[in-house]
Amino acid sequence: MRIAIASGKGGTGKTTISSNLAYYLSSQGQATTLVDCDVEEPNNHIFFNPAWYGSEMVQMPVPEVEAEKCTGCGKCAEICEFNALVCLKGNVLIFPELCHGCKGCIMVCPTSALKETTREIGEVQLGIKDRLNIVQGVLRIGEAMSPPLIRKVKEHGDNNGTVIIDCPPGTSCPMIQAVRGSDFVLLVTEPTPFGLNDLKLAVETIRELNLPFAVCINRSTIGDNKVHDYCKQEKIPIILEIPEDREIAQAYSQGRLFLKTLPHYQIQFDTLLKNIKELVVC
Amino acid sequence: MLKEIVVISGKGGTGKTSVVAALAALFDNKVLADCDVDAADLHLVLNPEIIENHEFWSGKTANIDKSKCINCNKCLELCQFEAISDEMVIDKISCEGCGVCFHFCPSGAISLQDNLAGHWYISKTKYGTFVHAKLGIAEENSGKLVTLVKNKARELAAKENKSIILVDGPPGIGCPVIASISGANLVLIITEPTLSGIHDLTRVLSLNKHFNVQTAVCINKSDINQEMTASIIKNCQENNIPVVGVIPYDNSVTKAQIQGLSILEFNPESHTAQIIRKMQEEIITLIS
Amino acid sequence: MKIAISANDSSLESTLDMRFGRAPSFLIYELEQQTYKSIDNTQNLSSAQGAGIQSAQNLVNADVKVLITGNVGPKAFQVLKTAGVDIYLTPQTTIQEAIDNFKAGKLTKSETNNVEGHWV
Repeated sequence: MRIAIASGKGGTGKTTISSNLAYYLSSQGQATTLVDCDVEEPNNHIFFNPAWYGSEMVQMPVPEVEAEKCTGCGKCAEICEFNALVCLKGNVLIFPELCHGCKGCIMVCPTSALKETTREIGEVQLGIKDRLNIVQGVLRIGEAMSPPLIRKVKEHGDNNGTVIIDCPPGTSCPMIQAVRGSDFVLLVTEPTPFGLNDLKLAVETIRELNLPFAVCINRSTIGDNKVHDYCKQEKIPIILEIPEDREIAQAYSQGRLFLKTLPHYQIQFDTLLKNIKELVVC
Repeated sequence: MLKEIVVISGKGGTGKTSVVAALAALFDNKVLADCDVDAADLHLVLNPEIIENHEFWSGKTANIDKSKCINCNKCLELCQFEAISDEMVIDKISCEGCGVCFHFCPSGAISLQDNLAGHWYISKTKYGTFVHAKLGIAEENSGKLVTLVKNKARELAAKENKSIILVDGPPGIGCPVIASISGANLVLIITEPTLSGIHDLTRVLSLNKHFNVQTAVCINKSDINQEMTASIIKNCQENNIPVVGVIPYDNSVTKAQIQGLSILEFNPESHTAQIIRKMQEEIITLIS
Repeated sequence: MKIAISANDSSLESTLDMRFGRAPSFLIYELEQQTYKSIDNTQNLSSAQGAGIQSAQNLVNADVKVLITGNVGPKAFQVLKTAGVDIYLTPQTTIQEAIDNFKAGKLTKSETNNVEGHWV
C-alpha cells in the first residue's frame, strides 16, 4: 500500500508524520519504504542518518542541433511554446533549462537536424536504516523541472510492503506528481485560520485527482475548532490528532524521531494505520 | 525613495506571514503585497475589501473537438506527458500546453487554448492598499504571477506616493522566490532553530548572496532549541548578517490569527509585540 | 544604425526601463537620421518563461545593432551576442539622456550579462 503524506503549505508537520510513521511500521517488523518526494528540501534523512548504498542520476530529454543539417527554417523555434529554442538568421540556439521535453521541435524539423540528448535534473538516492528502506530525490540547485525527478523517485520507491511518500507542499505540479498513484492521501494541517485555508486548497486538489483521503491535525490543541467543523461539514474523516507537545517540537529541532522518546504516541499511529486500511477498503 | 522589504523563510511554517502582519501594523505609508500565491494567507488577517479582481492567464491547454476526431491515436502516441486518455480526453492537470498534439493532428480536431491560471486582486485594508493573488489548483507557479503582483504593488506605491512596499514572499528557493527578492532593498528571513530550518536558511542565504541583496534574519520560536538559536546568531554574526529579532514561541500569535488580527493589535503590550516593534526600528535603520 | 532602448513609454522624454525581457516597449532610434519609433513588447510581459529570449529575438528581427538597457540576464545576452548585437548598460535615466550618453561614448559595452535570470 502506498500512503502519501501531503499538505497545502509547508511547516505543518508532514515530515514529522512521515518519518515517525515509517519508523513505527518498520519497527513493527513490516517491510516499509520511506520515499521523500520533497526534492527541493528532502529532510527525512535527517531523522534516520541512513547508509546510502546507491544512486541514479535523473535525466530529461532535450534537443541538440546538428549544424550541417540545419537549414535555418525556424520551424523548431515556432513550435516551442516554452521559448527554449530561437532561430537567429539561420542559427538555432537551444536553452535546455527551459525545455519541457515535449520533443515537438524534433518531430517538426524537416531535415532531421535536431536529435534527442539528455540533461541532468537531479539524483535519486537509495539508503537503508535498520530494516527501513529510504529513497529520496535531490533536485539540482536552480532547477525548475521537479516533476520528472519525482516520478523517478517514486519508481525506485515502489517496493513491496508499505510505502510512505512525503510530498512537496502546495497544490501545484510537484505535489500532484507526488500524490498520483497513491492508494491513500493523508493531509496534515493545523487548527488555525492559515491551516484551514491551506487545507481547503489541498482538499480541492485531492478531490480533483479522485483519491481517498483523510485529515491529520497536528498541534491540535493550539487553535480553534474550525478545521473540525469544516471536516464534519465536508464529511472528511479526521484520523489522527497530535497535541501541541514541546517534546515533539524539541525532538524535531534536534533531528530525532519523537516516537523513540515518547512511546505513548505509538498507539495513535497504530489506530491511524487501522483507520487507513478501513478507508482504503471501502 | 521607494523601499522594498521582502519577507521570506525557505522552509514553510516558520511564522513568516504572522511577522508580516505585525510589521504591516507598524509601518506607515506603505503598500502591501502577498507574493505567496500558492498558499496565500495574509488576507486572513488583513480582511481585505477587494476593489479590483483580474484574471491571470498563463500557458496553454489542449482541447479535442470530438466531432472532428478521427481516432487515429496520433496525439496519444506523440504526447510525452501521458495527458491524453484512450478515450481521447485531455487530462488538464497533466497537459503542459506544449502544442505537439495540436500541430500534428491530421484532422484539425485539437485546439490550443489560453489557460486561466488564477486571479489577482487590488484591495483596501486597514493598513493600506494590498495586492494579492490566488493561483489555481494544479497550476505551475513559474514566478510570473509573483512578478505581476510585485510590479502592481510598485505601480500603486508610486501612484499613491508611498515610501515602502512590504512583501510576504513565497516559501522555498525556486523561481517564485527569485522573482520576489529581485529588486528588494532588504530581504528579511524568518527562520526557526531546527535542523531543517538551518538547512533551509543556509540555502536562502546563498541565494541572497548570489543576487546581492541586503539581508537580515529573524529567529522565530527561538526557545524550542536555545543552543541552535545561539549557533544561528553566531553564524550570522560571522557572515555580517544582522539578526534583527529573536522571538520565543508565543501561543498568543495563534490566538491573534484566530481573531483575524496581528499580534500588535491583539496584545500590543506582549513581549512578542515589543520585540517586533524593536525589529521594525532596526529594519528602518537598515533600509535608510 | 538602429539602436534599441528598453522603455517605459514611446517618447524620448520617457524613462528607460531597467528591465530588458519584461520592458513594456523598445524605442528604436536611427542614429544617422535621428528618427525613432516604438515597438511594443507587452506580449512578453505575460510569457510564462523566456521573456528575455523572445525580446532579443524581436530586436534581432528588427535589425537592431545596439541595445541600451539597465540589466541583461544570461540567456538574452547569449541570443544578442550570437546575433552580433552590442549591449550597453546604463543607470536609470530618460531615453534622451541614454542616447546622448551613448553618442558621447560615456556608456561602456558589456561583455557579460550583469544579472542572473529572473530579474524582473
